[in-house]
Amino acid sequence: MITLRGRSAAFALEAPLSRAVWMLTNRETLTPQRRGRAFLVEDGEEPPDGFDLYCAVDPERVPVGKPWIALPPLLRHLSAGDVVSVSETGEHVRVLWRQESPANSVLLTERCDHYCLMCSQPPKEREDAWLLDNARELIRLLPPSTPGIGFTGGEPTIYGDRLIDLLCLCRNLLPEADVHVLSNGRRFADFGFASAWAGIRNPRMMVGIPIYGAEPTLHDYVVQAEGAFDETVRGIVNLGEAGARTEIRVVIHKQTAPALPEIAEFIARNLPFVDQVALMGLEMIGFARANMEEVWIDPVDYRAELSEAVSLLGKRGVRTMIYNHQLCLIDRHLWPFAVRSISDWKNEYHPECSRCGVVERCGGFFFSAKYRHSDHITAIPSDALTKRDVLHV
Amino acid sequence: MSRFRQLEDFQPEAAHWELLPFRFERLNGKVLVTNMVGEHLILAAEEFDEVAEKRLPVDSALVRSLRAKHLIRQAGDRSPATLLALKTRTRYRRLAESTGLHIFVVSLRCEHSCPYCQVSRQSSDKERYDMSPEMAERGLEMAFRSPSSAIKIEFQGGEPLLNFGLVEEIVRRAERRNREEGRDLGFVIATNLALLTDEILEFCARHDINISTSLDGPADLHNKNRPRPGRNSWELATDGIRRVREALGVDRISALMTTTKASLDRAREIVDCYLELGLHGIFLRPLSPYGFAIKTKNYSAYDAERWLDFYREGLAYILELNRKGVMMTEYFSAVILKKMLTNREPGYVDLTSPAGIGIGAIVYNYDGSVYASDEGRMLAEMGDETFRLGHLATDSYEEIMTSEALLAPLEESFAPSAPMCSDCAFEPFCGSDPVYHYATSGDFLGRKPESDFCRRNTAVFKHLLGLYESDPSARSTFLNWAGR
Repeated sequence: MITLRGRSAAFALEAPLSRAVWMLTNRETLTPQRRGRAFLVEDGEEPPDGFDLYCAVDPERVPVGKPWIALPPLLRHLSAGDVVSVSETGEHVRVLWRQESPANSVLLTERCDHYCLMCSQPPKEREDAWLLDNARELIRLLPPSTPGIGFTGGEPTIYGDRLIDLLCLCRNLLPEADVHVLSNGRRFADFGFASAWAGIRNPRMMVGIPIYGAEPTLHDYVVQAEGAFDETVRGIVNLGEAGARTEIRVVIHKQTAPALPEIAEFIARNLPFVDQVALMGLEMIGFARANMEEVWIDPVDYRAELSEAVSLLGKRGVRTMIYNHQLCLIDRHLWPFAVRSISDWKNEYHPECSRCGVVERCGGFFFSAKYRHSDHITAIPSDALTKRDVLHV
Repeated sequence: MSRFRQLEDFQPEAAHWELLPFRFERLNGKVLVTNMVGEHLILAAEEFDEVAEKRLPVDSALVRSLRAKHLIRQAGDRSPATLLALKTRTRYRRLAESTGLHIFVVSLRCEHSCPYCQVSRQSSDKERYDMSPEMAERGLEMAFRSPSSAIKIEFQGGEPLLNFGLVEEIVRRAERRNREEGRDLGFVIATNLALLTDEILEFCARHDINISTSLDGPADLHNKNRPRPGRNSWELATDGIRRVREALGVDRISALMTTTKASLDRAREIVDCYLELGLHGIFLRPLSPYGFAIKTKNYSAYDAERWLDFYREGLAYILELNRKGVMMTEYFSAVILKKMLTNREPGYVDLTSPAGIGIGAIVYNYDGSVYASDEGRMLAEMGDETFRLGHLATDSYEEIMTSEALLAPLEESFAPSAPMCSDCAFEPFCGSDPVYHYATSGDFLGRKPESDFCRRNTAVFKHLLGLYESDPSARSTFLNWAGR
């Protein structure tokens, strides 16, 4: 687990900061560029002039006569190319971008019209449009070669056209980035919005939308919102009609696991035009921890349903992936579908994993698995693998 | 007190559901229900009564299954209509494409004299029974008038290799023409392979031509069904299959079997024969009631029931092979399963509605006559010109495609409005075959209670559904077939 926010160890700013979002530069990556850049002071030498902010790794060695903060101790992992937001006073630092991470995800809002039983990012009803502004600044600072960026919430589509504008900016400034947006999909029931979305015309952009049932009752219960299923499904149809790339995400927990085959059948029959379906293991944080009783299920207890769902989807040509599952908990013929999907900063392994022959290809655990994980984590010794298993991993 | 509400809180408040269009069929004490597009659910008889009489309690677990399958909706639900409309559009999408298969009968001559053959002549009179280059050119002109983005040209006979020069000519001209048209152009030669030469193979390889041949099963059965001078039809066909596989590729050859009375006890042997030759698919076909088949009484030699036993035995064996990891597909089942388990319409001419005649496939006969289907020209060979749509020399594309000879059978046989089909639970899996019904009962619609087409297909649907619901390994194989 890597910490992504903290309070500065010390800060001495004569005037409030003029901006919130900063990309870190160090001596090695130094160029004449100064706008939006903060200099990362990694040694005791006199840093170069001209930066509006200096971030010292060591609070004992801060630059004299320059606006500086000393980074929070747990954020000393920061390095050049990373992007942070810093509060006006310099006190609070939040990591927006880690150059090294293969999966950077940008929070756009904490507001949401769903209240999912297992939400990992429980919604907060307060104005936070500054997150959207920060995201714009972030995109302006990132290099055009950036390989990928994710946007998440809350529900990003509450911004309507302002979200479309952000994604256009993303298309124009980060032409090589795979762009992934998480949404509950309801806003797309408005065909005008779905068309505007498709009108962004970014072939690298995909929206991930959850479906938790084959009919309204189960889905609406999981997301705790009446009428959600009907709008989400029509939203996905509109996206298909408008020609936008769409992923359906099914988070598997105690409520949805028994329904996996019927959800798979529903998708295969009604929404087979989507680009992919991700069957996802549960992350035990946020509401999932609060609702442990309602949502926790040991993945070994839905092995059969997972296999059936993959078969119902995959055999009818729907691209299917399994996220967030440890390989020892799923049938071996499903290994080719398993994706290492847990963000690096959240990823952990179990002591048992050190003896395992497929750990390199395993999704591993969410950091939050310490609150609850399967009782059946079992190392798979290399000599227990058939040639076919090896090919599949 | 939790901030979260319970599942029951999201059930409909009252049983205000509306039945969506559905059809049903009673099966062994249970009731099969299908929705507009053929998604199915099997209910207990009491459950079905509750649904039909709208007295299903709000908290019944069945409500959720019925809503998932678009059999009922709650007032206010908008997605069921959206999705049913989408699925219906998908099923009928091929209609906008129109005719994709164009059959050129390049010669009626054949060196075989199969008693069940509907259309062939043993004659050396090339003038009389071969298609002329002029008619071929007009046929191509007609084919490219089709709006279809994919055009498949199939060479038939007789034996098309007896007029291979014309085949070459048509292929070259079609390819030249297609440089401007940019269609997805493909070719198939339906041949018994007896006259296959290396030169022919080389031409086929160069022009990506597929081969479709006839193989009735083991040597004795095949040679009895398919006499030719030298009694070596099987030897030549199997040798030809091997050569085609090696010269063109394993996916470029398929074989069709014709079922005769002598085949009925030999389902396994026939499948084995296909497998031995590396053919991983077989079409367990019923014999068609046309041409010499009727004249020689071959058709009445066995009834639908006997064929069904043969089919079920063959299918069981094929499923057993799949369980062992051997890839083998029974194509008739695969067509039906695709209709049962997906929204895609395979467009198989005999099992689609509106019928595939003319608008799915069209036949340009050796003499320039245009027929609505291969079976239509067989009837014509017997003196009944009902399905003759016109002539390449005298009629335009518009005249042919809007001729009464085409529109009347299409309209009259359309299954969703045909008596007994319109309320049949299996209609989404089935099709209309106006030529069959005309041949057997004298009108395009037929009388379904007397129709072997209906009896046979209904039994096959029940059999496939039964296996899908009860046998997990069959289900897995069926999903593979449906998805392909």
